[in-house]
Amino acid sequence: MQPLTNRAKSVDRKPMTMWEKMYLPAIAKGMSITFGHMFKRKPTVNYPEKTRPFSPVFRGLHVLNRDEEGRERCTACGLCAVACPAEAITMEGAERLPGEENLYREEKYAAKYEINMLRCIFCGLCEEACPKDAIYLSETFAPANYTRKGFIYGKDSLLIPNPVTHPEEYAKAKGQHQ
Amino acid sequence: MAEEKKLFKVTIDNITVEVEPGTSILQAARQIGGDVAPPAMCYYTKLKGSGGKCRTCLVEVAAGSTADPRPMPKLVASCRTNVMDGMIVKNITSEKVIDARNGVVEMLLINHPLDCPICDQAGECSLQDLSYEHGKEGTRYEFQRRTFAKHDLGPYIQLHMTRCILCYRCVFTADQLTEKRVHGVLDRGDHAEIATYIQKALDNDFIGNIIDVCPVGALTDKTFRFKNRVWFLKPVDAHRNCNHEKCNGKVTLWYRGNEVFRVTARKDEWGEVKDWICNECRFEKKETSDWEIEGPTKISRHSVISQGHYVGVQRPQEVLYDVLDGRKPQLLMDIHSVSKVNQPDIDLSKIQGPSHSTDFNK
Repeated sequence: MQPLTNRAKSVDRKPMTMWEKMYLPAIAKGMSITFGHMFKRKPTVNYPEKTRPFSPVFRGLHVLNRDEEGRERCTACGLCAVACPAEAITMEGAERLPGEENLYREEKYAAKYEINMLRCIFCGLCEEACPKDAIYLSETFAPANYTRKGFIYGKDSLLIPNPVTHPEEYAKAKGQHQ
Repeated sequence: MAEEKKLFKVTIDNITVEVEPGTSILQAARQIGGDVAPPAMCYYTKLKGSGGKCRTCLVEVAAGSTADPRPMPKLVASCRTNVMDGMIVKNITSEKVIDARNGVVEMLLINHPLDCPICDQAGECSLQDLSYEHGKEGTRYEFQRRTFAKHDLGPYIQLHMTRCILCYRCVFTADQLTEKRVHGVLDRGDHAEIATYIQKALDNDFIGNIIDVCPVGALTDKTFRFKNRVWFLKPVDAHRNCNHEKCNGKVTLWYRGNEVFRVTARKDEWGEVKDWICNECRFEKKETSDWEIEGPTKISRHSVISQGHYVGVQRPQEVLYDVLDGRKPQLLMDIHSVSKVNQPDIDLSKIQGPSHSTDFNK
């Protein structure tokens, strides 16, 4: 049969020589490679105690952003939901009442906002679609859970702490992600 | 012997079409259809006297007629210019036209707040489509955009004057459809605004149609305000026997699940209303039992509203039942038991006007 490439090698089926039948040199060669690794830098880290730095483009758990005054940026425009290839995002919009100006940045806001982490594929298209800089994929993982119910993330778990009313929590959350 | 009507031969973008005398260039182009038809923001076929204001439909006339083949010196508004026999029109084949249209779109967007993420018209907005096609990414305007004092138009219609492009369509609609027009354009120039002068609710039987004719989000449905984005709703054609003699009750219902979120008139391929509908059909009848459903509305594949509408999908045969010897697969989670979105005890369609935090935190 005509070979497809010229890189094909025929298998060497010659009987082993005396030197090869002893196996010992081959074992010694293998062991030297194994023990040689003891003196090299370890590629692993002791995970829970030590963590690796995330890449700056890492796409992890979503956060809903606030502006400097602590108002929610999301206006429930639905662009993240329409961009989502996994259809993981759902929301319900509402009108801001007089007196709620310190809570929501614009006239309309997301009364409900949910991401189904079971569906999410962490592609980051929601972040790209957002016209209000409201959703970001942070540098953390979605934590494991015993039940499926724990993976429906609502606004209470997605929103970042308010930098005005809860400055310590905000600083803590920011420190974790950086 | 009946005299045969002479048809005018007109060439638009190298496509020749025969139309009746008295047809405007825009209507002739719409007979050809597709990209040849110039966009129109203020012209409305069903409204007498509309057109000639927004200048988006400008076309170049390369030859006036067979009798006088000189080109017209300036670009003309195709909605207001009638065809002549042997006229040669250039629309998208003319660089001058494209350039002028880009300029017009920039002018229309000068004072536009670009609050599409909030606006209920987003997804079915003519200005959004137009600026997507012709607009620039940035603005060259350095001044404050115009703002207006809030003006209440009653329980059904929400006015956002900052979004208005002053097309006058709503004024013509109120003039020609309703008995008494109570709103109009006040003041001049940059201060021109749609208002009722004395705070007055628009409550005529047919006034709801001004929502449909508005090419931008200046006039929107207050009963649908902020309830959902149009592209998450499912449009369905339906009709009912309306008691109003001028209304035939043919509408499009916009569903989420089993809830009717909004009722609009049916629109044709040019975004114009097919039949005017009355306020009762539009605002009061938000139950499926009020309507006879005809079937899903055909939505252009290029519209964002068609997202999530999977057409012609062939489902693979369900083999799980055979594999499990007839046992049903265990349901591991019912999403409605966890999700707080679309809760059964909150009927958004029953809430008059936009929902507030008070509706959700009961």
